Amino acid sequence: MTGDPIRHLPLEDLHQSAGARFGAFAGWSMPLTYPAGVMKEHLHTRDHAGLFDISHMKLILVSGPQAADLLDKACPLSARALAPSQSKYTFFLNEQAGILDDLIVTRLGDERFMVVANAGNAAEDIAHLQALAEGFETTVEPLDRVFLAIQGPEAATILAEAGLAPEDLLFMQGFEPRPGWFMSRSGYTGEDGFEIGLPEADARELLTKLLADERLMWIGLAARDSLRLEAGLCLHGQDITPETSPASAGLMWAIPKDIRGSGNFIGASALAKIVADSPSEKRVGLKPDGRQPVRAGVQLTDADGNTVGRVTSGGFGPSAGHPVAMGYVANELSKPGITVFADVRGTRIPVQIHSLPFTQHRYRKG
Amino acid sequence: MAKLYFTEDHEWLSVDGDVVTVGITDYAQEQLGDLVFVELPEIGRSFAKGDTAVVVESVKAASDVYAPVDGEIIEANTALSSDPALVNSSPAGEGWLWKMKLSDAGQLEGLLDEAGYAAHIG
Repeated sequence: MTGDPIRHLPLEDLHQSAGARFGAFAGWSMPLTYPAGVMKEHLHTRDHAGLFDISHMKLILVSGPQAADLLDKACPLSARALAPSQSKYTFFLNEQAGILDDLIVTRLGDERFMVVANAGNAAEDIAHLQALAEGFETTVEPLDRVFLAIQGPEAATILAEAGLAPEDLLFMQGFEPRPGWFMSRSGYTGEDGFEIGLPEADARELLTKLLADERLMWIGLAARDSLRLEAGLCLHGQDITPETSPASAGLMWAIPKDIRGSGNFIGASALAKIVADSPSEKRVGLKPDGRQPVRAGVQLTDADGNTVGRVTSGGFGPSAGHPVAMGYVANELSKPGITVFADVRGTRIPVQIHSLPFTQHRYRKG
Repeated sequence: MAKLYFTEDHEWLSVDGDVVTVGITDYAQEQLGDLVFVELPEIGRSFAKGDTAVVVESVKAASDVYAPVDGEIIEANTALSSDPALVNSSPAGEGWLWKMKLSDAGQLEGLLDEAGYAAHIG
């Protein structure tokens, strides 16, 4: 991505009018905070509802008679086992079972799937899928859409009043409510919520209704990060990378049991071996004692000062009311309650291994 | 009567005799966002101009606050240990960071006055 010009959101003017402070993320100029500030934005999302512009993320339509076969090759997935409208959290793995990206795949029809990919990996993901697609009767079509997330306990009511009727949709389901639209009940906050991909003109029309609703406020990337960290959700590039496997990341739940040993997906044999040997380290929640945040990149040690792990994400949890972090520790130290230590600028901070999430998920599962 | 100075790094200094009270400006607290932790300096420690005296942590990131002049720390604002958000709500008042004993009054000459700082942040 180096050397590429910074990309701007189609709705940047709306964020500017809302007083957003911008910063670079994954090659995009993104709203980091609005005048309310990260603390209020975070708490408002948990108490009411937050509106996020996530148009930096990529929607990719995969369709054709062999669309399911392509996805079963690219991901540790049984695409044909997905019911219509069912969404599934999955990955692209490399041959070593390292995570190239984490994705959500939704079955839209018999031969039609929507893939939602991370901004930072979008170009590689598209190239990867298109290269694989040469062996299959299928089309890989990146879509230009505005992508909005509405998250929080009041999200469903707000959308219903804006003319979208999401009541029948459950957590991890998605569909095409209108031509060119994609809507799913999912998110990155741990709250009930929705993600809606739609053409820019439609988005501007929808937003005139949504922004008139006082229960909803714009939420920047800073609060998106603290919300997802409290919810124990991984950020690709930090908590999961091409060097970490779904096994060490504690994400094996995302891989159907019947294909773990026998699947024909890329990385299958490497993953089977990692699982058989059991991974040497595990992803865990970390709760630093006291008030001082422990951030990504900090090494973790045992009482004797031996390195036993590292922090991959860390900050302050406004809802938790204390610092929260996530990272990897040696397997034998991965049980909640065990204490390890972080060295932050010369201060040794005790850090408890903590179960994830820090704040309970409140998904609407029916 | 204390005299007020500013640095280009968005700190204010209130100088009363040889006692300097240091804090960050309203502009700086707004840039940093909600503070959740302030790492205060030890009393008695000496800093040279430009040394990191305090680290302020927002939800998202840690930022250094530099000693604007040479001197020895004589007091730290311990109220910030339990309420770091005082820096956001009252950056020029209750949210002061530390007091130091000025060792070289000549260093004040290079600092900005209020009008100079206002021009600096534009």
